[in-house]
Amino acid sequence: MNWLSRKEWPWWQAGLLLGILNVAVFYTANYYLSASTTFSRAAGMLVSLIAPAHVAANAYWQNVKPIVDWQFMLVLGVPVGAFLSARLGEQAVKFTCELPGLWVNRFGTNPARRWAIGLLGGILVGFGARLADGCTSGHGLSGGSQLAVSSWIFLAAMMLSGMIMARFIFRRA
Amino acid sequence: MGPLEITGAVRLVHGLITGILFGFILQKAQVTKYDKIVNFFRLTDLTVIKVMLAAILSGMVGVYFMHGVGLVNLHIKPTLVGANLIGGAIFGVGMLLLGFCPGTCAGAFGEGRLDGLLRGVLGILIGAGLYSEVYPFIQSNFLKMGDYGKLSIPALLGVDPWAVIVPSVVMLGGVLVWIDRKGL
Repeated sequence: MNWLSRKEWPWWQAGLLLGILNVAVFYTANYYLSASTTFSRAAGMLVSLIAPAHVAANAYWQNVKPIVDWQFMLVLGVPVGAFLSARLGEQAVKFTCELPGLWVNRFGTNPARRWAIGLLGGILVGFGARLADGCTSGHGLSGGSQLAVSSWIFLAAMMLSGMIMARFIFRRA
Repeated sequence: MGPLEITGAVRLVHGLITGILFGFILQKAQVTKYDKIVNFFRLTDLTVIKVMLAAILSGMVGVYFMHGVGLVNLHIKPTLVGANLIGGAIFGVGMLLLGFCPGTCAGAFGEGRLDGLLRGVLGILIGAGLYSEVYPFIQSNFLKMGDYGKLSIPALLGVDPWAVIVPSVVMLGGVLVWIDRKGL
């Protein structure tokens, strides 16, 4: 049980376990590790609160229905698992709005700036994942494992664009 | 033969348990952190890509083995070159600005980092919702660009899957060991 309370697992152990978990999901759920479709379903649920007819008439939400399915429950489970892991490894888990160290070094402590850039980033992540039909889980882990052409195009495009952007934003002093 | 058929409420519980395991491993891999993800794009800490590649390679061997003995189905997403390419490029820029992807953002919340939850979950919900709104336009104008259907690399090359898997594991496994030795 000492192993479960380590702060960090070596990359190859964590990676191997993710691979094994994915194979188990293929067999037991006839599905694959993935996350981003849930955000479309959840967005549909939220818009339905105000404009149910609009959601019912939307071509995308007719395919990706605003319902709770296997993947939706998976996304709800992720923070629970991360909490258990952090709790076992680092004892106390404090819920804070503290900004990441690297962010503060580059952009300072102004929360409004984090809101503006972080929210823009989130919108691009959500939109890009839906356009590409997958994210780092569905395309990255699962599609990559299946040698899907679509997923390797996604992975290459995502890494390249992120790296080019990082060059512009984090110029070395 | 074939995968198990789990349905109804049991399937939902299965999803929740899978998510708990997924989040647990992501946190232990330390990839649910802004600094780790941004430093991957800056190429100053390659933990994220090491974990991802190890997961992809082990999953590859497992999934294709299980598929070979008829225990799992493949779920290959259609190749839409334009959408995969542009969507991936938009995703990469967003992931650098936000510092999280959808899964790690949910994991960061469990670790107590509300930074990920506030900007991440809200932003991704807005982005996904926006996509639904513009979908009819994209579908008729752009989505079918470079449509090759459900295509895998072995099918594209016309070879047996293991002719791709074995060299991939050897080469990418070698790259992993090499970058690990360099201390990245």
